[in-house]
Amino acid sequence: MINKPHDTAARHTGEVLLDIRDLVVEVDNSGVWQPIVKGISLSLRRGEVLGLIGESGAGKSTLGLAALGFNRPGCRIAKGSVSFNGIDLLRESEGARRKIRGTRVAYVAQSAATSFNPCARIIDQTIECAMRLGGLTRQETIAQAKALYAEMQLPNPNEIGERYPHQVSGGQLQRAMTAMAMICKPDLIVFDEPTTALDVTTQVEVLASVRRIVTDHHTAALYITHDLAVVAQLAHRIMVLRHGELVEEAETERMLNHPQEAYTRSLWTVRNLEKPEEAPTQPILKVSHVDAHYGDFKVLEDICLDLPRGRTLAVVGESGSGKSTLARVVAGLLPATSGTISLNGAALASSLKQRAAGQLRGIQMIYQSADAALNPRHTVMDLVGRPVTLHTGLKGQACARRVVELLEMVELSEHHITSLPSELSGGQKQRVSIARAIAADPEVFICDEITSGLDQLVQEQILKLILNLQKELDKTYIFITHDIATVKAIADNVVVMQRGRIVQQGPKHELLSSPRHPYTKALLAAVPQMDPHWLDGLLNDSTASLRRQERFQVASAKTQDTWRPARLF
Amino acid sequence: MGSGFVTLFIVSLIIFAAIAVLPGDFAKVALGRSATPETVANFQRSLGLDRPVTERYVSWIGGAVKGDLGVSFSSGPGTPRTVNSIIGPRLKNTLFLAAIAALISVPMALLFGIIAAIRRNSWLDRSLNALTLVGISFPEFFVAYVLMLLLAVKLPIFYSLARITPGMDVVEIAERLALPVATICFGIIAHMMRMTRAAIINLLSSPYIEMAKLKGTAPWIIVLRHALPNAWAPISAVIAFNLAYLIVGVVVVEVVFVYPGIGQAMVDAVRSRDIPVVQGCALIFATAYILLNLLADVIAIATNPRLAHPR
Repeated sequence: MINKPHDTAARHTGEVLLDIRDLVVEVDNSGVWQPIVKGISLSLRRGEVLGLIGESGAGKSTLGLAALGFNRPGCRIAKGSVSFNGIDLLRESEGARRKIRGTRVAYVAQSAATSFNPCARIIDQTIECAMRLGGLTRQETIAQAKALYAEMQLPNPNEIGERYPHQVSGGQLQRAMTAMAMICKPDLIVFDEPTTALDVTTQVEVLASVRRIVTDHHTAALYITHDLAVVAQLAHRIMVLRHGELVEEAETERMLNHPQEAYTRSLWTVRNLEKPEEAPTQPILKVSHVDAHYGDFKVLEDICLDLPRGRTLAVVGESGSGKSTLARVVAGLLPATSGTISLNGAALASSLKQRAAGQLRGIQMIYQSADAALNPRHTVMDLVGRPVTLHTGLKGQACARRVVELLEMVELSEHHITSLPSELSGGQKQRVSIARAIAADPEVFICDEITSGLDQLVQEQILKLILNLQKELDKTYIFITHDIATVKAIADNVVVMQRGRIVQQGPKHELLSSPRHPYTKALLAAVPQMDPHWLDGLLNDSTASLRRQERFQVASAKTQDTWRPARLF
Repeated sequence: MGSGFVTLFIVSLIIFAAIAVLPGDFAKVALGRSATPETVANFQRSLGLDRPVTERYVSWIGGAVKGDLGVSFSSGPGTPRTVNSIIGPRLKNTLFLAAIAALISVPMALLFGIIAAIRRNSWLDRSLNALTLVGISFPEFFVAYVLMLLLAVKLPIFYSLARITPGMDVVEIAERLALPVATICFGIIAHMMRMTRAAIINLLSSPYIEMAKLKGTAPWIIVLRHALPNAWAPISAVIAFNLAYLIVGVVVVEVVFVYPGIGQAMVDAVRSRDIPVVQGCALIFATAYILLNLLADVIAIATNPRLAHPR
C-alpha cells in the first residue's frame, strides 16, 4: 500500500521552505522588456507538493526556474524575492546559488531525452552533483544512485547507469532524471512537465515512481503541468496560472470539485468533447496484409484495415508501436514490403515515385510539428499557394483568392497571408498546415499527432475545425494519436497498435466500452482521470498490477525495438 | 575507407586529364625555338609522350600504387632522376614544417577557443576575436613580410630566409623556422580557434547544458565536460582541414621564405613543364587531404556515442 500524499499533515505544520513574493520576470522582445510573470507569490512548506497548471505561455516554467534563482537567457527577474530556506536567492552571488542548485533544490526537465548529455554515461551524470558536494567516495555515491534507480523501479538498476542516454527508453530516462534530482536528497524538486512527452502507459509508471519517492523522502515539490488529471494525483494544492498571473489557488480536492473561475472550468470541459459515432460507409482506402521493414527490421506486420469514406479512423498506440510508420506506408513514403493498399478501388503502388499524380494528390499528410513541416522562410501565401498552383493550375490573382478562401476555411484571415511561420502561434501554424493539405483537395487526410504539441484549449479548437471540415467537405481522416480523449473527440473507428501489429480494431464505442485485448485495457486504464484517487485505485487494483507487469515487459522490449530513421519531410 | 580510395582514384584521373589537356609542350620548351619537328618527335618518343593517353595513365598509376611516381623530364641522358628523388626531401621538409606548426597551433587554438567560449562576450573573448579576425583577413604573404620586416630587418632576431641544411642543431633550426611557423600559425590558429569557439557556443543553448547549470555545475566544467565532448566532430573536421592546408597550401610561405618544401617544388616543375613532378605533387596533396579528412571522420564517429555505443 502506498502512502497517499494527501495523508501527510506536512502542509499544515511544516516550516515554510520556499517563499516567492511578487515575482516579476521579463523577457527581452527585440529591445523591449515585456513581463511574462506578473507579480506571482507562492509559498511551499517542507514535504508539500504544489501543482502549477496552465497553458503554454502562462509562465509556469519561468516560475519553476525562479525557484532555483535561475532565469533563461533573454529573461530577467525584474522585481520580487525568492527566499529558499531563509536565503534570499536573488540577492546571493552566482557562486552561492550554484552551491544550492542540484543539492538543495533540484530540477527535473520535461524532455529527458534532450536534457541528458548524449556523450556521458547516465551514472556519471546522476552522481555529478553528489561528487561535487563531496563527503562520499565515488563508489559509495554510485551505490546510492543504484539504490535510487531501484526505488524508481528502473529495470536492471545495477547496470542501467552504465548505458548512454540513447540506449534507454524515454520513460526510463525520465525516471533516471528523477533519481539524478534525488541524489543529494534535496529539500525541494521542481518537476517541469516530467510526463508530458511520455505515452500514457509509461506516464502512469513515472507518476507512481515520482509520487512514491517524493512521499518517502518527505521532499517538497513544485509540479508543473498542463494536465489537471496528472497534477491531481500528486499535489496537495493547485495553482492555476494564465498569462503570467494567478487565476486561482486551492487545495486539490476543492479545486477539482468546486473550481471558482470560468477559466479553470474551461480547462475542465475540454476533455468532454465527443463526436457521435456515424454509421460506416463504403471503404475509400483498403489496406490488406501490409508488412514494412526498416532495413532487415520488421516494423509493420500483417496490417489490414478499411477506411470508410467521410469517417475518421483513429490509430492509437504508444510511441514505437508503428503508428507513424503506418502513415508513411499509406502515403508511400516508406514502400511496403508486401501486401496491397488501394484507394477508391485502384491499387496504389507501394513507392511514391510510381504513383499517379491524382493518387498523390488524393492522400495528404499533416504533421505533428508544424514548426518542422513549414518552411520558416516562406510566407503563408507561398506555403499554401504552391500546392494550389501545383494541383489546380491557378496562378497570380486567382491563386491568391483561393489561398484566402482556404485560410478562411481554417478560420484564419486574409491578413495572415503575408506572415512567416515564426509570426504565428502554434495553433495558427497548425491551421496553415491544414489549409495546405486542403489545397490539394485530397480524399484522405493523414493527421499524425497534429494536436499533441498544442495546449488543451487550442487542441479543442483544432479538433472542432477538423470535425467541421469533415462535415462540410465529406473528407476522410486517418488520425494518429496516443491520447484517448482525442480519440473520443473525433473518431468513428479505432485501431489499436502495439509493436507493429494491430491488436484490436472496431467501432469507437465498442472498443472503448469493452476492450478485449489486454493491451487495449491497459491503454484505457492508464488515461489519467479527474479524480485524485485514480492513481491509487489503479495501483492497488490487483489486475492492474498484472497489467503493469506486462507493460513493464513491453517497455523493456521496446528498448531494443524502437528505432526509427530520421523523419523525412 | 573504401570511399577514400575511390575518391583518390577519381582525383588521380582528374589530375592526369587536366595536365594532359594543358597547353604547352615540354619537348618544345626544352629544345627551344630552333628545334626541328623530327628532333621534337624523337625527344617525345624518348620521354614516352608519343604513347596514347590511356596507356600513359595506366603505367603512371600502376607505378604510383607501388610508390614509384615515374621519372622526371629533367633527367639527363644516362642519368635518370626519379620524381621520388626530387619530391622526397622536399616532402620531408614540408612535413617537418607542418608538424612544428601543428604542434604549436592545434593546442593553442583549442585552448583559446575554449577560453573564449567560457568567457564569451568578455573583453578577453572580444580581443581574441578581433585579433583572429585580423589573422584571417590578411593574406599570408603580407603577414610574412610584416614579420620579416619587424623581426628580421628592424630587430634582427630571426632569419628572413628559412634555408636549413643537414647537420644544423635544434636551436639553429628553430631560429631559421621561427618566422615561417609564426606566419602559418597566425592564420590557422585564427580559423581553428573561431570554429572551436563556435562549435562549443552552439551547444551551450542545448537543454542538457541548461540542466547542467540547474545542477549547479561551474561554467568551466560545463564547457569541458558537457559541451566539448559533443563538439569534437566539427572541431576535428576544421583541424583536419587546416592540417591539410599546412601541407598543401603553404606554397606562398615557402616561396616568401625560400624554404625548400614541396609547394616550391611544384611551382618550379610547373614553370619548366616537368609533368611527372607536377602530377606527383598533386597526387601527394590529394592523398594528404583525403587521409586527414578520413581521420576527422573516424574521430567524429568515435566521439558520437550513438555510433560508438549502439543499442
